[in-house]
Amino acid sequence: MGKYVCQVCGYVYDPAAGDPDNGVNPGTTFADLPADWVCPVCGADKDSFSPE
Amino acid sequence: MILEEKLRTVVEIKKGVHWVGAVDWHVRDFHGYSVNKGSTYNSYLVLDEKVTLFDAVKKPFKSDMLHNIYKVIEPSKIDYLVVNHVEPDHSGSIPEIIETTKPEKVFCSSRGKKALLDHYHREDWPYEVVESGQEIPIGKRTITFLETRMLHWPDSMFSYIKEESLLISSDAFGQHWATSERFNDQVDSSELMAHAVKYYANILLPYSGLVQKLVAEVKKMNIKIDMIAPDHGLIWRDNPLQIVEAYDKWSKQGCKRKALIIYDTMWHSTEMMAKAIADGLIESGISIKLMNLAVDHRSDVITEMIDSKAVILGSPTLNNGMLPRMADMLCYMKGLRPINKFGAAFGSYGWSGEAVKQIVKSLEDMKMKLFGAGINLQFVPNHEGLKKCVDLGREMGAAIKDAVPV
Repeated sequence: MGKYVCQVCGYVYDPAAGDPDNGVNPGTTFADLPADWVCPVCGADKDSFSPE
Repeated sequence: MILEEKLRTVVEIKKGVHWVGAVDWHVRDFHGYSVNKGSTYNSYLVLDEKVTLFDAVKKPFKSDMLHNIYKVIEPSKIDYLVVNHVEPDHSGSIPEIIETTKPEKVFCSSRGKKALLDHYHREDWPYEVVESGQEIPIGKRTITFLETRMLHWPDSMFSYIKEESLLISSDAFGQHWATSERFNDQVDSSELMAHAVKYYANILLPYSGLVQKLVAEVKKMNIKIDMIAPDHGLIWRDNPLQIVEAYDKWSKQGCKRKALIIYDTMWHSTEMMAKAIADGLIESGISIKLMNLAVDHRSDVITEMIDSKAVILGSPTLNNGMLPRMADMLCYMKGLRPINKFGAAFGSYGWSGEAVKQIVKSLEDMKMKLFGAGINLQFVPNHEGLKKCVDLGREMGAAIKDAVPV
Protein backbone atom coordinates (compact mmCIF):
# COMPACT_ATOMS: atom_id res chain seq x y z
CA MET A 1 0.00 0.00 0.00
CA GLY A 2 1.64 3.20 -1.23
CA LYS A 3 2.01 6.44 0.65
CA TYR A 4 0.79 9.69 -0.88
CA VAL A 5 2.19 13.18 -0.30
CA CYS A 6 0.17 16.39 -0.19
CA GLN A 7 1.75 18.71 -2.75
CA VAL A 8 0.47 21.73 -0.84
CA CYS A 9 1.86 21.15 2.62
CA GLY A 10 3.93 17.96 2.53
CA TYR A 11 1.65 15.84 4.74
CA VAL A 12 2.15 12.14 4.01
CA TYR A 13 -0.89 9.85 3.93
CA ASP A 14 0.21 6.46 5.21
CA PRO A 15 -2.40 3.73 4.54
CA ALA A 16 -1.06 1.73 7.46
CA ALA A 17 -1.94 4.55 9.83
CA GLY A 18 -5.08 5.83 8.07
CA ASP A 19 -6.58 9.08 9.38
CA PRO A 20 -8.52 8.01 12.46
CA ASP A 21 -9.23 11.61 13.52
CA ASN A 22 -11.35 11.92 10.41
CA GLY A 23 -12.94 8.51 10.44
CA VAL A 24 -10.47 6.69 8.18
CA ASN A 25 -9.41 3.32 9.56
CA PRO A 26 -5.83 2.07 9.40
CA GLY A 27 -5.38 -0.13 6.35
CA THR A 28 -7.37 2.15 4.00
CA THR A 29 -5.59 2.62 0.68
CA PHE A 30 -5.36 6.10 -0.78
CA ALA A 31 -7.69 5.04 -3.61
CA ASP A 32 -10.27 3.91 -1.09
CA LEU A 33 -10.37 7.23 0.75
CA PRO A 34 -13.75 8.93 0.28
CA ALA A 35 -13.86 11.45 -2.58
CA ASP A 36 -14.54 14.27 -0.11
CA TRP A 37 -11.60 13.40 2.15
CA VAL A 38 -9.19 16.33 2.51
CA CYS A 39 -5.65 16.73 3.80
CA PRO A 40 -5.96 16.80 7.60
CA VAL A 41 -3.18 19.41 7.79
CA CYS A 42 -3.98 22.01 5.14
CA GLY A 43 -7.41 21.07 3.83
CA ALA A 44 -6.33 20.39 0.22
CA ASP A 45 -8.45 17.85 -1.69
CA LYS A 46 -7.42 14.37 -2.93
CA ASP A 47 -6.33 15.73 -6.30
CA SER A 48 -3.52 17.59 -4.55
CA PHE A 49 -1.80 14.32 -3.59
CA SER A 50 0.89 12.43 -5.48
CA PRO A 51 2.47 9.04 -4.84
CA GLU A 52 5.51 9.33 -2.55
CA MET B 1 24.82 52.89 22.22
CA ILE B 2 25.14 55.64 19.63
CA LEU B 3 22.32 54.05 17.69
CA GLU B 4 20.10 53.92 20.76
CA GLU B 5 20.65 57.59 21.46
CA LYS B 6 20.61 59.09 18.01
CA LEU B 7 18.44 56.88 15.91
CA ARG B 8 15.65 55.77 18.12
CA THR B 9 13.48 54.49 15.30
CA VAL B 10 15.94 51.67 14.70
CA VAL B 11 16.29 49.50 17.77
CA GLU B 12 19.27 47.30 18.40
CA ILE B 13 17.42 44.33 19.90
CA LYS B 14 20.66 42.50 20.63
CA LYS B 15 24.23 43.60 20.08
CA GLY B 16 24.57 43.71 16.30
CA VAL B 17 20.93 42.73 15.66
CA HIS B 18 18.68 45.59 14.57
CA TRP B 19 14.93 45.94 14.08
CA VAL B 20 14.56 47.63 10.68
CA GLY B 21 10.87 47.05 9.99
CA ALA B 22 7.95 49.42 9.57
CA VAL B 23 4.99 50.51 11.67
CA ASP B 24 1.61 50.61 9.95
CA TRP B 25 -0.38 52.93 12.19
CA HIS B 26 -3.44 53.10 9.98
CA VAL B 27 -4.25 49.61 8.73
CA ARG B 28 -7.66 48.59 10.10
CA ASP B 29 -8.68 45.68 7.91
CA PHE B 30 -6.32 42.76 7.47
CA HIS B 31 -8.04 40.56 4.90
CA GLY B 32 -11.16 40.60 7.01
CA TYR B 33 -9.51 40.58 10.45
CA SER B 34 -10.10 43.89 12.19
CA VAL B 35 -6.85 45.40 13.41
CA ASN B 36 -8.12 48.32 15.41
CA LYS B 37 -4.70 49.47 16.54
CA GLY B 38 -2.71 48.95 13.35
CA SER B 39 0.23 46.60 12.99
CA THR B 40 3.94 46.38 12.39
CA TYR B 41 5.96 44.47 9.81
CA ASN B 42 9.13 43.44 11.57
CA SER B 43 12.38 42.89 9.82
CA TYR B 44 15.72 42.14 11.44
CA LEU B 45 19.22 42.99 10.29
CA VAL B 46 22.17 41.05 11.68
CA LEU B 47 25.64 42.52 11.29
CA ASP B 48 28.18 39.76 10.89
CA GLU B 49 30.72 38.61 8.28
CA LYS B 50 27.69 37.88 6.14
CA VAL B 51 25.27 40.72 6.78
CA THR B 52 21.87 39.06 6.95
CA LEU B 53 18.39 40.50 6.63
CA PHE B 54 15.44 38.50 7.97
CA ASP B 55 12.12 39.12 6.25
CA ALA B 56 10.83 42.32 4.72
CA VAL B 57 7.76 44.53 4.87
CA LYS B 58 4.56 45.21 2.96
CA LYS B 59 5.17 46.89 -0.38
CA PRO B 60 3.97 50.43 0.50
CA PHE B 61 6.48 50.48 3.40
CA LYS B 62 9.58 49.62 1.38
CA SER B 63 11.00 53.11 1.75
CA ASP B 64 10.52 53.05 5.54
CA MET B 65 12.44 49.81 5.66
CA LEU B 66 15.26 50.94 3.37
CA HIS B 67 15.52 54.15 5.35
CA ASN B 68 15.88 52.12 8.54
CA ILE B 69 18.52 49.89 6.96
CA TYR B 70 20.47 52.98 5.86
CA LYS B 71 20.58 54.15 9.48
CA VAL B 72 22.52 50.96 10.28
CA ILE B 73 24.45 50.08 7.15
CA GLU B 74 24.69 50.76 3.43
CA PRO B 75 22.02 48.36 2.02
CA SER B 76 24.35 47.04 -0.68
CA LYS B 77 26.43 45.49 2.11
CA ILE B 78 23.66 42.99 2.82
CA ASP B 79 24.85 39.53 1.77
CA TYR B 80 22.00 37.24 2.74
CA LEU B 81 18.24 37.60 2.73
CA VAL B 82 16.20 35.09 4.73
CA VAL B 83 12.55 34.73 3.71
CA ASN B 84 10.75 32.94 6.52
CA HIS B 85 7.32 33.57 5.02
CA VAL B 86 6.19 34.72 1.58
CA GLU B 87 2.84 36.34 2.42
CA PRO B 88 2.92 39.83 0.83
CA ASP B 89 2.90 41.70 4.17
CA HIS B 90 6.42 40.32 4.62
CA SER B 91 7.54 39.91 1.03
CA GLY B 92 5.86 42.71 -0.93
CA SER B 93 8.97 44.85 -0.78
CA ILE B 94 11.37 41.99 -1.61
CA PRO B 95 11.71 42.85 -5.34
CA GLU B 96 12.94 46.35 -4.43
CA ILE B 97 15.08 45.06 -1.55
CA ILE B 98 16.77 42.53 -3.83
CA GLU B 99 17.22 45.21 -6.50
CA THR B 100 18.86 47.53 -4.00
CA THR B 101 20.92 45.07 -1.99
CA LYS B 102 21.77 42.46 -4.64
CA PRO B 103 22.17 39.71 -2.02
CA GLU B 104 24.47 36.79 -2.65
CA LYS B 105 21.83 34.32 -1.44
CA VAL B 106 18.11 34.26 -0.66
CA PHE B 107 17.35 31.56 1.89
CA CYS B 108 13.90 30.00 1.95
CA SER B 109 12.16 26.64 2.37
CA SER B 110 11.40 24.51 -0.70
CA ARG B 111 7.83 25.73 -0.62
CA GLY B 112 9.09 29.23 0.04
CA LYS B 113 10.99 29.16 -3.25
CA LYS B 114 7.88 27.98 -5.06
CA ALA B 115 5.79 30.70 -3.41
CA LEU B 116 8.35 33.41 -4.26
CA LEU B 117 8.33 32.26 -7.89
CA ASP B 118 4.54 32.19 -7.92
CA HIS B 119 4.36 35.70 -6.48
CA TYR B 120 7.21 37.55 -8.20
CA HIS B 121 8.02 35.34 -11.21
CA ARG B 122 11.76 35.89 -10.92
CA GLU B 123 13.79 32.82 -11.88
CA ASP B 124 17.00 34.84 -11.63
CA TRP B 125 17.05 35.47 -7.88
CA PRO B 126 19.79 33.58 -5.99
CA TYR B 127 17.54 31.13 -4.14
CA GLU B 128 19.11 28.78 -1.62
CA VAL B 129 16.62 26.21 -0.38
CA VAL B 130 17.12 25.13 3.24
CA GLU B 131 15.63 22.29 5.23
CA SER B 132 14.62 21.89 8.83
CA GLY B 133 17.66 21.59 11.06
CA GLN B 134 20.05 22.96 8.46
CA GLU B 135 22.69 25.36 9.79
CA ILE B 136 24.17 28.26 7.87
CA PRO B 137 27.18 30.04 9.39
CA ILE B 138 27.25 33.80 8.88
CA GLY B 139 30.46 34.57 10.80
CA LYS B 140 30.37 34.66 14.58
CA ARG B 141 26.81 33.46 14.40
CA THR B 142 24.96 30.49 12.90
CA ILE B 143 21.40 30.40 11.65
CA THR B 144 19.42 27.20 12.21
CA PHE B 145 16.23 26.83 10.19
CA LEU B 146 13.12 25.10 11.41
CA GLU B 147 10.36 24.48 8.90
CA THR B 148 6.92 25.17 10.33
CA ARG B 149 4.72 24.06 7.43
CA MET B 150 1.16 25.35 7.61
CA LEU B 151 2.03 27.63 10.52
CA HIS B 152 0.47 29.26 8.84
CA TRP B 153 1.43 28.81 5.16
CA PRO B 154 3.18 25.88 3.47
CA ASP B 155 6.36 27.97 3.17
CA SER B 156 6.59 29.12 6.81
CA MET B 157 9.77 28.61 8.78
CA PHE B 158 11.59 29.90 11.87
CA SER B 159 15.19 31.06 12.05
CA TYR B 160 17.12 30.50 15.25
CA ILE B 161 20.45 32.11 16.10
CA LYS B 162 21.96 30.03 18.85
CA GLU B 163 24.77 32.45 19.73
CA GLU B 164 22.10 35.04 20.53
CA SER B 165 19.49 32.62 21.91
CA LEU B 166 17.21 34.46 19.49
CA LEU B 167 14.23 32.88 17.75
CA ILE B 168 12.92 34.81 14.73
CA SER B 169 9.49 33.24 14.58
CA SER B 170 7.84 34.70 11.47
CA ASP B 171 4.07 35.12 12.02
CA ALA B 172 3.90 32.80 15.02
CA PHE B 173 3.77 34.60 18.40
CA GLY B 174 2.95 37.91 16.66
CA GLN B 175 0.29 40.50 17.34
CA HIS B 176 -1.28 43.25 15.26
CA TRP B 177 -0.51 46.32 17.34
CA ALA B 178 1.23 49.46 16.10
CA THR B 179 3.47 50.88 18.81
CA SER B 180 6.60 52.97 19.07
CA GLU B 181 7.84 50.47 21.68
CA ARG B 182 9.49 47.29 20.42
CA PHE B 183 9.57 45.04 23.51
CA ASN B 184 6.87 43.31 25.52
CA ASP B 185 8.13 44.76 28.80
CA GLN B 186 7.56 48.30 27.50
CA VAL B 187 3.80 47.92 27.00
CA ASP B 188 0.77 46.93 29.04
CA SER B 189 0.97 43.14 29.34
CA SER B 190 -2.76 42.42 29.44
CA GLU B 191 -3.38 44.46 26.31
CA LEU B 192 -0.47 42.67 24.64
CA MET B 193 -1.96 39.26 25.49
CA ALA B 194 -5.36 40.39 24.19
CA HIS B 195 -3.76 41.21 20.81
CA ALA B 196 -1.79 37.94 20.88
CA VAL B 197 -4.86 35.78 21.51
CA LYS B 198 -6.79 37.62 18.80
CA TYR B 199 -3.93 36.85 16.41
CA TYR B 200 -3.92 33.19 17.42
CA ALA B 201 -7.70 32.85 17.12
CA ASN B 202 -7.89 34.46 13.69
CA ILE B 203 -4.72 33.14 12.06
CA LEU B 204 -3.49 29.97 13.75
CA LEU B 205 -6.56 28.30 15.24
CA PRO B 206 -7.15 25.89 12.31
CA TYR B 207 -3.61 24.60 12.73
CA SER B 208 -3.82 24.00 16.47
CA GLY B 209 -2.82 20.34 16.07
CA LEU B 210 0.40 21.43 14.37
CA VAL B 211 1.02 24.05 17.07
CA GLN B 212 0.83 21.27 19.65
CA LYS B 213 3.45 19.28 17.74
CA LEU B 214 5.65 22.34 17.29
CA VAL B 215 5.55 23.28 20.97
CA ALA B 216 6.47 19.70 21.87
CA GLU B 217 9.28 19.71 19.29
CA VAL B 218 10.73 23.00 20.53
CA LYS B 219 10.64 21.76 24.12
CA LYS B 220 12.37 18.52 23.08
CA MET B 221 15.09 20.41 21.22
CA ASN B 222 15.90 21.99 24.55
CA ILE B 223 17.27 25.12 22.93
CA LYS B 224 17.95 28.25 24.88
CA ILE B 225 15.59 31.03 23.95
CA ASP B 226 15.93 34.39 25.62
CA MET B 227 14.18 36.43 22.96
CA ILE B 228 11.39 35.66 20.48
CA ALA B 229 11.15 38.12 17.62
CA PRO B 230 7.96 37.71 15.57
CA ASP B 231 7.21 39.46 12.29
CA HIS B 232 4.31 41.46 13.74
CA GLY B 233 4.06 43.50 16.91
CA LEU B 234 6.15 43.40 20.06
CA ILE B 235 9.29 41.35 20.62
CA TRP B 236 9.14 38.95 23.58
CA ARG B 237 12.15 39.89 25.70
CA ASP B 238 10.84 39.61 29.24
CA ASN B 239 9.93 35.97 29.95
CA PRO B 240 9.72 35.09 26.26
CA LEU B 241 8.49 31.56 26.92
CA GLN B 242 5.21 32.95 28.26
CA ILE B 243 3.94 33.22 24.69
CA VAL B 244 4.98 29.61 23.94
CA GLU B 245 3.05 28.50 27.03
CA ALA B 246 0.07 30.58 25.89
CA TYR B 247 0.17 28.92 22.45
CA ASP B 248 0.32 25.56 24.16
CA LYS B 249 -2.83 26.47 26.09
CA TRP B 250 -4.75 28.02 23.18
CA SER B 251 -3.90 25.17 20.81
CA LYS B 252 -5.38 22.64 23.23
CA GLN B 253 -8.65 24.54 22.75
CA GLY B 254 -9.61 24.04 26.35
CA CYS B 255 -12.70 25.96 27.36
CA LYS B 256 -14.09 27.84 30.30
CA ARG B 257 -17.61 27.68 31.64
CA LYS B 258 -18.47 30.25 29.04
CA ALA B 259 -21.03 30.53 26.27
CA LEU B 260 -21.14 32.86 23.31
CA ILE B 261 -24.48 33.99 21.96
CA ILE B 262 -23.99 35.38 18.47
CA TYR B 263 -26.93 36.92 16.67
CA ASP B 264 -28.23 39.35 14.14
CA THR B 265 -31.72 40.76 14.32
CA MET B 266 -34.16 42.70 12.12
CA TRP B 267 -36.86 43.96 14.51
CA HIS B 268 -35.42 42.79 17.85
CA SER B 269 -37.35 39.51 18.08
CA THR B 270 -34.24 37.36 17.59
CA GLU B 271 -32.51 39.67 20.04
CA MET B 272 -35.23 38.98 22.65
CA MET B 273 -34.59 35.28 22.18
CA ALA B 274 -30.83 35.81 22.57
CA LYS B 275 -31.37 37.56 25.89
CA ALA B 276 -33.72 34.85 27.13
CA ILE B 277 -31.13 32.14 26.31
CA ALA B 278 -28.57 34.28 28.12
CA ASP B 279 -30.81 34.42 31.19
CA GLY B 280 -30.99 30.62 31.32
CA LEU B 281 -27.22 30.33 31.07
CA ILE B 282 -26.43 33.04 33.61
CA GLU B 283 -28.89 31.47 36.05
CA SER B 284 -26.87 28.25 35.68
CA GLY B 285 -23.67 30.05 36.61
CA ILE B 286 -22.23 30.28 33.10
CA SER B 287 -20.31 33.33 31.94
CA ILE B 288 -21.76 34.61 28.70
CA LYS B 289 -21.02 37.14 25.99
CA LEU B 290 -23.79 38.46 23.81
CA MET B 291 -22.45 39.45 20.40
CA ASN B 292 -24.53 41.33 17.88
CA LEU B 293 -23.08 41.01 14.40
CA ALA B 294 -24.32 44.47 13.48
CA VAL B 295 -21.70 45.89 15.85
CA ASP B 296 -19.31 43.06 16.78
CA HIS B 297 -16.73 42.21 14.15
CA ARG B 298 -16.30 38.58 13.08
CA SER B 299 -12.69 38.59 14.22
CA ASP B 300 -13.68 39.74 17.72
CA VAL B 301 -16.35 37.04 17.87
CA ILE B 302 -13.73 34.41 17.01
CA THR B 303 -11.43 35.75 19.71
CA GLU B 304 -14.20 35.32 22.28
CA MET B 305 -15.02 31.88 20.90
CA ILE B 306 -11.62 30.38 21.60
CA ASP B 307 -12.32 29.69 25.30
CA SER B 308 -16.11 29.32 25.04
CA LYS B 309 -17.60 25.85 25.45
CA ALA B 310 -20.82 26.75 23.67
CA VAL B 311 -21.67 28.85 20.62
CA ILE B 312 -25.34 29.63 20.19
CA LEU B 313 -26.24 31.40 16.96
CA GLY B 314 -29.40 33.24 16.07
CA SER B 315 -30.75 34.82 12.92
CA PRO B 316 -34.17 35.77 11.67
CA THR B 317 -35.21 34.58 8.21
CA LEU B 318 -34.88 37.08 5.39
CA ASN B 319 -35.90 36.09 1.85
CA ASN B 320 -35.85 32.39 2.76
CA GLY B 321 -32.38 32.47 4.25
CA MET B 322 -30.34 33.71 7.18
CA LEU B 323 -29.19 37.31 7.41
CA PRO B 324 -26.02 37.88 5.37
CA ARG B 325 -23.92 38.84 8.38
CA MET B 326 -24.68 35.45 9.94
CA ALA B 327 -23.69 33.67 6.71
CA ASP B 328 -20.42 35.64 6.83
CA MET B 329 -19.85 34.64 10.44
CA LEU B 330 -20.51 30.95 9.81
CA CYS B 331 -18.27 30.90 6.72
CA TYR B 332 -15.44 32.45 8.73
CA MET B 333 -15.98 30.23 11.77
CA LYS B 334 -16.03 27.03 9.70
CA GLY B 335 -12.70 27.90 8.09
CA LEU B 336 -11.08 28.34 11.49
CA ARG B 337 -12.10 24.78 12.45
CA PRO B 338 -13.08 25.10 16.11
CA ILE B 339 -13.26 21.80 17.99
CA ASN B 340 -15.08 20.46 21.06
CA LYS B 341 -17.89 23.01 21.03
CA PHE B 342 -21.52 22.74 22.00
CA GLY B 343 -23.84 24.41 19.48
CA ALA B 344 -27.45 25.53 19.11
CA ALA B 345 -29.49 27.79 16.83
CA PHE B 346 -32.46 30.10 17.20
CA GLY B 347 -34.33 32.77 15.31
CA SER B 348 -37.56 34.58 14.65
CA TYR B 349 -39.31 34.30 11.30
CA GLY B 350 -42.32 35.72 9.48
CA TRP B 351 -43.71 32.98 7.25
CA SER B 352 -41.09 30.47 6.09
CA GLY B 353 -38.28 30.21 8.66
CA GLU B 354 -35.32 28.61 6.88
CA ALA B 355 -32.56 30.44 8.78
CA VAL B 356 -32.49 28.21 11.85
CA LYS B 357 -32.26 25.04 9.79
CA GLN B 358 -29.41 26.52 7.77
CA ILE B 359 -27.49 27.45 10.92
CA VAL B 360 -28.03 23.97 12.37
CA LYS B 361 -26.62 22.49 9.15
CA SER B 362 -23.49 24.64 9.49
CA LEU B 363 -23.02 23.61 13.12
CA GLU B 364 -23.32 19.96 12.08
CA ASP B 365 -20.66 20.53 9.42
CA MET B 366 -18.41 21.89 12.18
CA LYS B 367 -19.07 18.69 14.16
CA MET B 368 -20.48 20.56 17.14
CA LYS B 369 -22.54 18.72 19.72
CA LEU B 370 -26.01 20.03 18.98
CA PHE B 371 -28.66 20.91 21.52
CA GLY B 372 -32.05 20.44 19.88
CA ALA B 373 -33.09 21.18 16.33
CA GLY B 374 -33.13 24.94 16.90
CA ILE B 375 -35.80 27.26 18.26
CA ASN B 376 -37.85 28.89 15.51
CA LEU B 377 -40.45 31.42 16.70
CA GLN B 378 -42.93 33.27 14.50
CA PHE B 379 -42.76 37.07 14.49
CA VAL B 380 -42.55 38.52 18.04
CA PRO B 381 -41.90 35.94 20.78
CA ASN B 382 -44.52 35.51 23.49
CA HIS B 383 -43.88 34.40 27.04
CA GLU B 384 -44.14 30.73 26.13
CA GLY B 385 -41.64 31.12 23.29
CA LEU B 386 -39.17 32.94 25.48
CA LYS B 387 -39.55 30.21 28.13
CA LYS B 388 -38.27 27.72 25.51
CA CYS B 389 -35.23 29.97 25.07
CA VAL B 390 -34.59 30.20 28.82
CA ASP B 391 -34.91 26.42 29.04
CA LEU B 392 -32.38 25.96 26.25
CA GLY B 393 -30.00 28.20 28.20
CA ARG B 394 -30.56 26.14 31.36
CA GLU B 395 -30.08 22.83 29.53
CA MET B 396 -26.86 24.00 27.92
CA GLY B 397 -25.70 25.57 31.16
CA ALA B 398 -26.03 22.24 32.96
CA ALA B 399 -24.20 20.45 30.14
CA ILE B 400 -21.37 23.00 30.20
CA LYS B 401 -20.96 22.52 33.95
CA ASP B 402 -20.79 18.75 33.46
CA ALA B 403 -18.23 19.06 30.69
CA VAL B 404 -15.94 21.77 32.07
CA PRO B 405 -14.32 21.39 35.47
CA VAL B 406 -14.30 24.49 37.67
